Amino acid sequence: MTDILAQFTKERANLVPILQKVQEKDGYISPEAVKEIGGYLGITGNDIYSVASFYAQFRFERQGKHTIKVCQGTACHVRGGHQLLEAVERELCLPSGRSTTDDYQFTLERVACFGSCALAPVMVVDSNVFGKVSIAQAKKLISQYREK
Amino acid sequence: MKYDEIRRQAMAEWTALENSSKPRILIGTGTCGRASGALAVLETIEKELSKRKLEATVIQVGCIGLCYVEPLVDIIKPNRPRICYGSVTPEIMVKLIEDYIVNDNPHPELALGIVGEGIVEGIPNLFDLPMLKPQVRIALRNCGHIDPENISHYIARGGYSGLDRALKMSANEVIAEVKKSGLKGRGGAGFSTGIKWELCQKAPGKEKYLICNADEGDPGAFMNRLLLEGDPNSVLEGMVIGAHAIGATQGYIYCRAEKPLSIVRLRVALKQATELGLIGQNILDTGFNFPIEIREGAGAFVCGEETALMLSIEGKRGMPRPRPPFPAVSGLWGKPTNINNVETWGDISAIFQKDADWYAGFGTSVSKGTKTFALAGKVERTGLIEVPLGTSLRRIIFDIGGGIPNGKTFKAIQTGGPSGGCLPASLLDLPVDYENLTKAGSIMGSGGMIVADSGTCMVDLAKYFLTFTQAESCGKCVPCREGTMQMLQILTDITEGKGKLEDLDLLQDLAQGIKSGSLCALGGGAPNPALTTMKYFRDEYEAHIKEKRCPAGVCKALIQYYIDPEKCQGCLICMRNCPTNAIKGDKRMIHIIDPEKCIRCGVCAEVCPARFDAVAKSSGVQPETPKELIPVGSWKKA
Repeated sequence: MTDILAQFTKERANLVPILQKVQEKDGYISPEAVKEIGGYLGITGNDIYSVASFYAQFRFERQGKHTIKVCQGTACHVRGGHQLLEAVERELCLPSGRSTTDDYQFTLERVACFGSCALAPVMVVDSNVFGKVSIAQAKKLISQYREK
Repeated sequence: MKYDEIRRQAMAEWTALENSSKPRILIGTGTCGRASGALAVLETIEKELSKRKLEATVIQVGCIGLCYVEPLVDIIKPNRPRICYGSVTPEIMVKLIEDYIVNDNPHPELALGIVGEGIVEGIPNLFDLPMLKPQVRIALRNCGHIDPENISHYIARGGYSGLDRALKMSANEVIAEVKKSGLKGRGGAGFSTGIKWELCQKAPGKEKYLICNADEGDPGAFMNRLLLEGDPNSVLEGMVIGAHAIGATQGYIYCRAEKPLSIVRLRVALKQATELGLIGQNILDTGFNFPIEIREGAGAFVCGEETALMLSIEGKRGMPRPRPPFPAVSGLWGKPTNINNVETWGDISAIFQKDADWYAGFGTSVSKGTKTFALAGKVERTGLIEVPLGTSLRRIIFDIGGGIPNGKTFKAIQTGGPSGGCLPASLLDLPVDYENLTKAGSIMGSGGMIVADSGTCMVDLAKYFLTFTQAESCGKCVPCREGTMQMLQILTDITEGKGKLEDLDLLQDLAQGIKSGSLCALGGGAPNPALTTMKYFRDEYEAHIKEKRCPAGVCKALIQYYIDPEKCQGCLICMRNCPTNAIKGDKRMIHIIDPEKCIRCGVCAEVCPARFDAVAKSSGVQPETPKELIPVGSWKKA
């Protein structure tokens, strides 16, 4: 944490980049991290949460080992992206409203668009992009990552 | 260092590469290429070369825009033309190395085309292919041809000569040149770039900022991603030219975090350009200073709006504010700020590398130049294209895109993203420019084009966009926050068969209120998808409302999956894959779906072997199917 803060000057404009670095390291923004960032930049925790919660990128809970993102962009939508998302939810046994599996193996995110529209529907696991994903392929991918 | 010296060094490197006795292999490793397996092909290339102790130069290039045949590999043997191969797998790659690089069989049957000069029997010129022939590449001039992580390649192809030229002109001369080119902002609003610069240049203040808006967030758009991944320096060069014209002291690139490769490539380009003195302090020994910083977005669509974007850079919630004051007068930290889209900056560098008259020679009398479009959805050849403004929709969809796949028919094209509209077949001959699209009820937007076919429900598509804008509404102004919510609710009711005819009037009323009352373009454009679909596809809305029927077979509450008893071969595949055990069946017995248990997930349709194609959807009519299990072949219609 101290290492991250040391890379930045104590300017308000650095809040978002700091949050991004912290999330990159921890996977999410913990209450402890908020306290430390607040102390460093001289702003309140409320102020930090108001900014962090505005942006879809930031998470406030522990994340799964693998992150699965299913694209819900327009091209993916007309090519079955929503059905793919539902299939992944079923496969991970995630009730609606939950995004991380009980065993912390997977976190599922819906993303508005990856810009790989020509290969719709698209699914991203960790940083690997998969195009033209069928429901059967999605199931296979999940079981491959489950073993890793 | 002076430009001539920089250019001399880059040319020396480039010429050495061109005249090298080693073969060159170019592989497209943009995001689309990677999603299609380009990295596995790259691994194969490296393995094969070392296994066979072959010397070759492998260069990772950006994407040429032919996404439908990714991964792409180009092979250039000494004194041979450059041949481009599409849909390359590791197996094909091994074959090409063995047969073409080691021996001399270019495998014309695997080749897409020849790039540049030269003839090989059986291989056409790549740019004569139907997808590429109508295109004019200005913003995308280098994508797929150069290594985006090696600035010498860019410079050898004329890069930064535009900056050199601009720095020898006065600020007013630069602005006059931009005005003469007729360039309009490529982010969507289509405001004259030259006038925008002039406003900022004239605004009083010592400190001025210049921003590149790379927060490409429209679902269905990837023009900026492709340009940044394939040719980041063209954007940086444009920014420095703009900074000289406006007198900007600091530059920012605000790039969407969901496009990580763009950010990587930008960082490399920025570092190299700074080292050569093309960005930063004392640029090209002229005493002009202009550093650029990269800021990553954090996943808020509204931050593509300029006032919201600037607040986000300041480390605040990215919520738009009323204008005036315009950013040209009071922008980032209250200072005069000029903000343009990625593609605009890419066009600027091209205009200065040649000249304004050349650029203005493309396009129509009012919309000059070219525009990139992301062509996706239900179209045969998906990809990223660049055409002169004024090109008709028909030419884009049918000549370039190759029409609609799977024997279906064209229904609509959605342009301009969530603030745009859906245009029907009757408007296919519309020349695409800012003016015509606006007249038709849509917008140019940043250039996303999604094709819809007979299997796309227009009410569902309108609902899709409203779901998006509603979720992305920042909540600051009431018309957008509450209005989009109400519109979404009504559209949801219609797709669930609970709509009333009066709802259509209510949607119109709400739409007008949201359009005129919203603070920014996100709200102002949000009703467009619903308005245009109601205008051009009213019959589909009425079918949902009056007949409780979804003609395209999409809206879950109004459709039923069934197994065609004449086609089912009793193979058990759908039964085994059904997640809710809704399918009854036995070997060689016609399967039956229980509509009560079915959740309409579509898995059965996906897994049913294509040669049987037995899973069908019905809406509004009860399909005729057996009540009990009967043997395959014994079904007789009642």
